[in-house]
Amino acid sequence: MLGYILKRLLAVVPVIVFVAIFVFLLLRLTPGDPAAIIAGDAATPAQLEKIRASLGLSEPILVQFATWIGHLVRGDLGISLISNIPVTELIGQRIWPTINIALLTICLSVLIAVPMGVIAAWKHRTWADYAVMTFSVLGFSVPVFVIGYIFIQVFSIQLRWLPVQGYTAPGDDFGKFLSRAILPCLTLATIYVALIARMTRASMLEVLGEDFIRTARAKGVGETLVLFRHALRNAAVPILTIIGTGFALLISGVVVTESVFNIPGIGRLTVDAILARDYPVIQAMILLTSAIYVFINLMIDVAYSLIDPRIRY
Amino acid sequence: MLSFKDSLREKAAWLRGGRTLQAGLIAGALLSGTGLATPSFAEEKVVTAVMHSGLRVIDPVITTAHIVRNHAYMIYDVLVAVDETFKPQPQMASWEISEDKKTYTFTLRDGLKFHDGAPVTSADAVASLKRWGVKDSGGQLIFDVTESLEPKDDKVFVWTLKEPYAPLIDTIAKMSALPPFIMPAAVAATPATESITSFIGSGPFKFVEAEYQPGVSVTYVKNEDYVPRSEPASWMAGGKVVNVDKVKWVTMPDSQTTINALLSGEVDYMEQVPVDLLPILEGSDDVVAEVRDPLGYQTIGRMNFLYPPFDNVKVRKAALMALSQEDVLGTLIGNPDYYKVCGAVFGCGTPLEDEAGAETLINGGDLEGAKKALAESGYDGTPVVLMQPTDVPTISAQPIVAAQALREAGFNVDMQAMDWQTLVGRRASQAKPAEGGWNLFFTNWGVPEINTPLINPMLNGRGNDAWFGWPTDEKLEALRKDFIAAETADDQATVAKQIQAHALDVVNYIPLGQYLSPQARTTKLVDMIGSPVPVFWNLKKED
Repeated sequence: MLGYILKRLLAVVPVIVFVAIFVFLLLRLTPGDPAAIIAGDAATPAQLEKIRASLGLSEPILVQFATWIGHLVRGDLGISLISNIPVTELIGQRIWPTINIALLTICLSVLIAVPMGVIAAWKHRTWADYAVMTFSVLGFSVPVFVIGYIFIQVFSIQLRWLPVQGYTAPGDDFGKFLSRAILPCLTLATIYVALIARMTRASMLEVLGEDFIRTARAKGVGETLVLFRHALRNAAVPILTIIGTGFALLISGVVVTESVFNIPGIGRLTVDAILARDYPVIQAMILLTSAIYVFINLMIDVAYSLIDPRIRY
Repeated sequence: MLSFKDSLREKAAWLRGGRTLQAGLIAGALLSGTGLATPSFAEEKVVTAVMHSGLRVIDPVITTAHIVRNHAYMIYDVLVAVDETFKPQPQMASWEISEDKKTYTFTLRDGLKFHDGAPVTSADAVASLKRWGVKDSGGQLIFDVTESLEPKDDKVFVWTLKEPYAPLIDTIAKMSALPPFIMPAAVAATPATESITSFIGSGPFKFVEAEYQPGVSVTYVKNEDYVPRSEPASWMAGGKVVNVDKVKWVTMPDSQTTINALLSGEVDYMEQVPVDLLPILEGSDDVVAEVRDPLGYQTIGRMNFLYPPFDNVKVRKAALMALSQEDVLGTLIGNPDYYKVCGAVFGCGTPLEDEAGAETLINGGDLEGAKKALAESGYDGTPVVLMQPTDVPTISAQPIVAAQALREAGFNVDMQAMDWQTLVGRRASQAKPAEGGWNLFFTNWGVPEINTPLINPMLNGRGNDAWFGWPTDEKLEALRKDFIAAETADDQATVAKQIQAHALDVVNYIPLGQYLSPQARTTKLVDMIGSPVPVFWNLKKED
């Protein structure tokens, strides 16, 4: 297992190198000029050229690439062209809201969706199954910003139970963190509950038709144990895959939800950087996202072997 | 067999014992977050404001972005400031002008201190003016005729010119785009093309660097050492009396969210409210929507003078005739309460307002005249590459209306959609329109940025050194020199009329009217002064 993990970690290196080259070239071929954004509307072409030179953007692309790679291998992601702040510091400011919201959302989703999926499969073709399926279709079809606005209108504007927007770090004030995180997490969870519940139901339906389930029931095993120990464990591999992928998506930033609830996460950081052509930030964010995906996929693969003894590496 | 329902029932009974306690804990945690359950001590007066964009650059010399200028007015002070009658007034310094009008002697007022406690000296003022003069177009004109600018002692500095430059005080008093903010000399020693790294000013608020998150939030605290002037506040002049402890600017990318936050009391002030969202605020007793910037913005079209078809003045005139301000503003803003048809290149409501030459623009356009003028111009059907930014609501409508009008007049319009940042990169290109260049684009200016010939960026006829579009216009440059030489306001107005007529005659650019930007505030915020630059002195926050 350890050898497998090491091999997978080593495989990350060529992926990151490929992504680095691709992203760098893509950005330099995209129209736009960070100097124009810094200088503002009234800048003359001569002033723009001076700013470009001071940012190192007048150098040939190969020189710029070599400089960037040189810094990257030393763990230096560079300095934001726009805010003049180290990229690591910017990411450090913005990643925790994203991680905390993602963790809360995924926990909430799993806690709601897995039992829903299990019940739907167990009560196949009854009102409970239809209710879960209807919710899944709705949850997956209604745009996330619509759900967000509805929650804000009901819980913040009408009932005044929760704040409309903003983010407080749990370390600063846990109560405030919860009150501000509930609506965005519920909004995001609506989609993930729909997705995970549907996957759980499908997977459970397949397993519940297996012989070993009939055998377990014939031996008098309680229904809860049949469902959650025997069936769910055997149905868990695809469910785990969808949870892992969902978590990776959440960690990479959810721009619409961050905008609707004004959460200063990395989704907005990335979009703002793209709009401002802040190359070092965009490059760092794409590399980070790639690394997150590779790492989470590795974690999912490792988890397979923990829940299913038939899978060995 | 124990059913799943029975199993759940058993567990529920086990959990029931702790449920009341858990519910209480959760409710307590949630309510503590909303502020509903905790007693309000309310010692600190904090104003939470949502500005028009996030602050990301914090050097007010390196950029002309409005948000950076607004930030600078919070933490820096200026030597001279303009009041609501457009007159320059002493702010940090008073001045005397010599008989020959070539020597300006400035004296700093008492009590000026930087946020680190150091006194503001004339050496700081001189260094700040020199850095500003490298970047600002008005400043460059002054430094072109500067003999020397030196401190005389700690409080006095002398600016000696080679020849009289009548608009000197007006130029250093301007509120936009680049006012000369005063920084410590060591900070002002930073080259004008590099960002400063120390943010110490002497203004009415202090910048809290530890709480700054670029593009997210910025916090200012009251500068307890600031000594305001005794005169009442008027635009950027007068006493900057701070009545709150802290001002926090929060960036919210979604206007609907900002309005919701304003209605729920989480936010006190919103700098720009989209006109189509105003009806949501109208029903609230706790929020006021109003216009506090009486000048607003001028929306404009700018052509590329380097390439056909707009290198031909007759074609430019035909294009101008085809356009109607009412059509553009009606599409852009919609509500006539918030726009004004105005053909003045220096803006309406300003001392130099004059609408000569803009008759067709302000009277609905002249399509038949445009067709005739285009036919007589020799236009050969060369495509007009018109850049349309799709991501900025205040600039996305103008290209669509203009493209329609130009097509009806007979132009072959190639409208290319792109994001604004692609546009600002591309407009700097002098390549041929078919090879990555352009023919026409639209943008907006705050009226204080275009209200004189010396600061209006479009009215620069220096070819490659001019603003995008690069017109070479010797007559315009001569008229600007006449404006500099004009000694009285009446003389200046006379020259400004000539510039207005000339600019529209050669179609230097197309002024497409003015629009106002409504703001919104909670009724708890009182005594906010009206000003083209939103300021946070003078206002009070009631409990």
